[in-house]
Amino acid sequence: MTTPVLATAARSTTAALPSALALGFARGGTELREFFRQKENLIFTISLPALLMLLLGTVYVQEPAAAQMFAASMIGAGIISTSFVGLGMSVVADREDGTLKRLRGTPMPFSSYFLGKIILVFVSSLFEAVLLLAVGILRFDVELPSSAEKWFTFGWVFVLGVISCSLIGVALSAIAKSPRNAAGVLNLPYIVLQFLSGVFIMQSALPESLRTAGSLFPLKWVCQGFRSVFALNDDYAVMEAAGSWELGKIALVLGAWTIVGLVLVSRTFKWSNTSR
Amino acid sequence: MNAIRVRGLKKAYKDHQAVAGVDLDVARGEVFAVLGPNGAGKTTSVEIMEGHRDRDSGEVSVLCVDPARGGREWRSKLGIVLQSATDAATLSVREAVHHYARYYGDPRDPEEVIDLVGLTEKAKARAGTLSGGQRRRLDVALGIIGRPELVFLDEPTTGFDPEARRQFWGLIRLLAAEGTTILLTTHYLDEAEALADRVAVLAGGRIVAEGTPQTLGGRAHAEATVRWRSDRGYQEVLTSEPTKVITEASRHGELAELTVTRPSLEDVYLELIK
Repeated sequence: MTTPVLATAARSTTAALPSALALGFARGGTELREFFRQKENLIFTISLPALLMLLLGTVYVQEPAAAQMFAASMIGAGIISTSFVGLGMSVVADREDGTLKRLRGTPMPFSSYFLGKIILVFVSSLFEAVLLLAVGILRFDVELPSSAEKWFTFGWVFVLGVISCSLIGVALSAIAKSPRNAAGVLNLPYIVLQFLSGVFIMQSALPESLRTAGSLFPLKWVCQGFRSVFALNDDYAVMEAAGSWELGKIALVLGAWTIVGLVLVSRTFKWSNTSR
Repeated sequence: MNAIRVRGLKKAYKDHQAVAGVDLDVARGEVFAVLGPNGAGKTTSVEIMEGHRDRDSGEVSVLCVDPARGGREWRSKLGIVLQSATDAATLSVREAVHHYARYYGDPRDPEEVIDLVGLTEKAKARAGTLSGGQRRRLDVALGIIGRPELVFLDEPTTGFDPEARRQFWGLIRLLAAEGTTILLTTHYLDEAEALADRVAVLAGGRIVAEGTPQTLGGRAHAEATVRWRSDRGYQEVLTSEPTKVITEASRHGELAELTVTRPSLEDVYLELIK
């Protein structure tokens, strides 16, 4: 309690508030700083898919073509883990520890908060994907796609997948009242969907009803998009449920989920756990 | 124009009427304390004024704006000091204060604020490693970084040791001296007495008394107790004219152990919330 010398408290003219965009990037920087300082994030969110790849790959991958497909599916599963599960959990934690309540009392607009979260998810997903690919390349001789067209597909599937799953994760976080609760609410659908969406089992091996159920959600389409990128050639499309890569349909389904997610978030988002 | 004007404020949770018709006026530059037992409706009332909670009915104007419709401009004039936040645990004090400064158009200098709340030596420590009192001072730093016109402090010193509480009071007085309007809730009477220009007592969702700490509940005019020891033991007289009583009694000589006491703020308060 020193130096009681301060400028006058209330100034008559209020300077312009910073833009929502600038604040979104400021939020993103702080979110990343906090994220990377928590060991459990580094271990579970970033490293788990790579570890699973290492373990399961040893069983599944008998030939190079399988390595390509498996790596692609695991990248898909991984970004759902960082976006849907990771982001949902982090919003629940923000509600629990008072972050959201504090932000609500500042002139920060909600869009900045969400932009910060999206930046967090993009960067953590990118780390996760790079680590996973590194394991794939070093251990299973996975080959990276060489054409710009494939990388373009990778890019938009990645972006649409991250955004749609982030929105759904945030929407579902409204149901979870506590972080413990959230682990169940978010992980259960994620684990079930991994089995229905062709991550661990080819979708063509599933009964019709389960295949249809899996096709309703983004995970299947994200994984299918990545498989189209990493397949050794386009003949492998015959192994998909529809017998083709269905890129247009992937964009359509992920776009639709993005809109559904936006609507759900705007309707259900809660700043605190207490009723208003 | 008052900083806060509340008329007929009501709020119920399911079948429990938390706030049952509160009227309140807080002038600009005033330190106003809301006293009351747990469950009296203090936090609910304050959260409605902060724009954190919806109300059922009544008029509320905070800095000339209805909190239910307050936008960014309005929020930038408020400082809200949270009660039990554990957020930003992995950020250092300096990082947190600098980050929150970015939200405002005309923030205070972060380093100056860190110094003001007495955390200069802890500036590099992560928020999660601070003691309870230090953590609270960080909350104050984040609450005042935007150069607010009005600061809400909801039970700010709960769980403080006496020394930390005194330091905290010094900080509040400093803010008040700059002209900041402060609304403070507390269940510590000494705190209200030490800091507030005016006090309101909230009980059962209603304001049961309002005034300066010196006059609250008719304290200034209340009957005094005159007490002394005579040959027949202790004598106690409740009177509105203590001087007269003492003059009468002292005709026969010195009164041993003479005291004149008026009800303390605590006595008044306990009577009010019965």
